[in-house]
Amino acid sequence: MTEDTLPTRRQLFEMIGKAGGAIAMYQAMTVLGHAAETQFKGPPMLSGARKGASVLVLGAGLAGMVAAYELRKAGYKVQILEYQDRPGGRNYSVRGGDKIVEVGGATQTCQFAPGNYLNPGPWRIPHHHRTLLHYCKQFGVELEPFIQLNHNAFVHNSKAFGGKPQRYKELAVDFKGHVAELLGKSLNTGALDDKVTAEDKARLLEALREWGLLDKNMAYAASLRVSGQRGYDRAPGGGVGGAPTPSAINGLPDLLDSHVWTQMNFYFGYVMQTTMFQPKGGMDMIGKGFAKQVGDLITYNARVVKLAQNGKGVTATWEDTRTGATATASADWCVCTIPPPVLSQLELQAGDKLKAAIRAVPFSPQCKIGLEMKSRFWEENYSIYGGHSFTDQTIGLISYPNDKMHQDGPAVLLGAFANEANGLILAGMTPEQRIETALQQGAVFHPAEYRSEFLNGVAVSWPRMPWILGCTSRWTDENRAAHYQNLVALDGRIVLAGEHASYYGGWMEGSLLSGIDAITRIHQRALAA
Amino acid sequence: MIRASKAAFISSAVAAFLAAAAGDAQDAPGSGPTSVAVSDEGRKIYEQICQACHLADAKGGGGAGAVIPALAGNRNLEDPKFMIEVLMKGRGGMPWFNDILTPSQMAAVINYVRTHFNQFKGTVGEADVAAFAAAAGKPDRAECVTCE
Ligand SMILES: Cc1cc2nc3c(=O)[nH]c(=O)nc-3n(C[C@H](O)[C@H](O)[C@H](O)COP(=O)(O)OP(=O)(O)OC[C@H]3O[C@@H](n4cnc5c(N)ncnc54)[C@H](O)[C@@H]3O)c2cc1C
Ligand code: HEC
Repeated sequence: MTEDTLPTRRQLFEMIGKAGGAIAMYQAMTVLGHAAETQFKGPPMLSGARKGASVLVLGAGLAGMVAAYELRKAGYKVQILEYQDRPGGRNYSVRGGDKIVEVGGATQTCQFAPGNYLNPGPWRIPHHHRTLLHYCKQFGVELEPFIQLNHNAFVHNSKAFGGKPQRYKELAVDFKGHVAELLGKSLNTGALDDKVTAEDKARLLEALREWGLLDKNMAYAASLRVSGQRGYDRAPGGGVGGAPTPSAINGLPDLLDSHVWTQMNFYFGYVMQTTMFQPKGGMDMIGKGFAKQVGDLITYNARVVKLAQNGKGVTATWEDTRTGATATASADWCVCTIPPPVLSQLELQAGDKLKAAIRAVPFSPQCKIGLEMKSRFWEENYSIYGGHSFTDQTIGLISYPNDKMHQDGPAVLLGAFANEANGLILAGMTPEQRIETALQQGAVFHPAEYRSEFLNGVAVSWPRMPWILGCTSRWTDENRAAHYQNLVALDGRIVLAGEHASYYGGWMEGSLLSGIDAITRIHQRALAA
Repeated sequence: MIRASKAAFISSAVAAFLAAAAGDAQDAPGSGPTSVAVSDEGRKIYEQICQACHLADAKGGGGAGAVIPALAGNRNLEDPKFMIEVLMKGRGGMPWFNDILTPSQMAAVINYVRTHFNQFKGTVGEADVAAFAAAAGKPDRAECVTCE
């Protein structure tokens, strides 16, 4: 391998770092396109564990598995206890034949056709989540584009346009045009003369004219030029009748009703910007990729009920969920990735500060619903290929599949992604009622096809998942200030890891960065002990 | 059916949305403000919000170590202040609700749970909840966790 002869990127950075100090290193990394995007500095490269040293990992989600993978490489003896019968935790996909059992007993069996799936939890990966991308590449998890921004999908607001969904591109272009026109007007009346120099005023007016597609009178008005962004009334064609005709534009009050700036802003979000990715064949390919490396360390169907520690090590008591038998597992150290809503209820031998921190992290109540449809009518009849149509109804949005475009046969739409009160409203329903609600509300986008093309569906309500009782951590600035450092601090021989123990809460990247940080500190402590 | 939204609710929902957008960028639908309003009636609030976790019969559920407690026949609820505190501050897997429910909605659901799923005497009003909120100041999870 070339790695043996040439310095790796990381070694190079270390050399620069030693030679020129941290600032030089940071500059070098930024020039090479690193650093500013992520706190990931490459895999942890731990080595030299003491002979026989052992670590017990609780939970086989991504945080637990990255910890186990890197710890074993460093020479530790590692065991993982996992409540469920599969690896991945929230990194999860539902396919035909899969059973979903909720708190309260409601049971669904997914009926999707072979090859179809729902990603009920994570579904999209930002291009700057370098840790996750690193391990995907290393473990051969194939990624494909996740279509985030689709100009041709819909925005629906029940109080705008008589409740009729509008294409995103029409609303966004019109909003931009009207705002540009108004700003131009106030510049031209001199209202901003004390804010901009004469030279900048002239340049800004020119920018507004170009950006807002304004006419020579600085007005936003229907034209072929405007249609070149928002779409035509009659699209360009060939031959005799090829000439296009412009589309009419919407008025400002309707645009204000539509709240389209919410979506425009959403796509500007650092974690929401294109390019985004998804694993081919389902999000759980990532969990399976990790399990290929550490699956031999995992004991499944093992529900931890108690975690004790003393000066020498840790002991977890666990229950076999199939037989009810209890057993114990001991090690020198413990990395605990059990999500706080569950962890807060376990018998945990730890300091008051850590216990208080665990009880201080509330979880959000997302619900996702997958609807399998007979055909890809959104592609064939609406020219929508991937992306999202947004609504102010309970379901929040519908999202179109990013793979197998232009193919025949059944495909799965995301029929709801609801959070906050809307997530709770869906959680309180039976799975059948949730699916009925998704059909009723989603039909606003595709009224002719939604019912008749529907085959079957599954609804995953996170607060009803018995192994987590929630979706992702919801830190506020106040409780982070009071509890975060206590949550991540080593408590004797126990350290917590998981998305909740990161500033990337609700992202797989946070789970991995947290796992790496936790084991790096354990390793230091173990060598020092 | 669900009542038309009130300005107060909308503004608090928008504030919550903006706060989330600023501080915490977890994966979110991105649909913006919702037109769905929570009811003002105790029973409906229970069905829309609390039933999600405590289940329709308020008997709770979950397995050992991951329990959602029953609200039906629960002696802890005899003191109405206890419920105000739990709803205002949350505890463990139970989120706080001062960002989703107004004080009058909290009072309504508390009265419903205490009288429908239990036979406790006395009711609380919007003013009791507001007084608690004023005394507690800003919602602070740090206090909550010592209030077991
Ligand atoms: C609706 C939704 C959408 C999301 N969208 C995205 C997205 O688009 N992109 C993204 O990057 N992230 C997203 N996330 C976040 C992502 O799923 C998580 O950050 C990540 O998967 C969490 O990994 P973890 O290892 O921290 O925790 P988990 O995966 O939850 O692992 C914890 C493990 O502990 C186990 N466990 C629980 N109790 C016990 C017990 N008593 N004993 C033993 N084991 C136990 C659980 O079964 C689980 O396997 C989303 C999450 C949700 C819910
Ligand atoms: C997201 C899930 C969830 C929702 C929604 C929810 N709860 Fe809870 N609730 C819990 C959990 C979990 C606990 C146990 C918390 C603990 O002490 O660890 C709890 C505890 C409580 C308690 C304390 C019970 C006791 O005896 O200690 C009360 C009271 C309560 N909830 C009332 C409500 C009401 C009223 C609503 C609706 C407005 C509601 N909850 C909505 C999950 C939820």
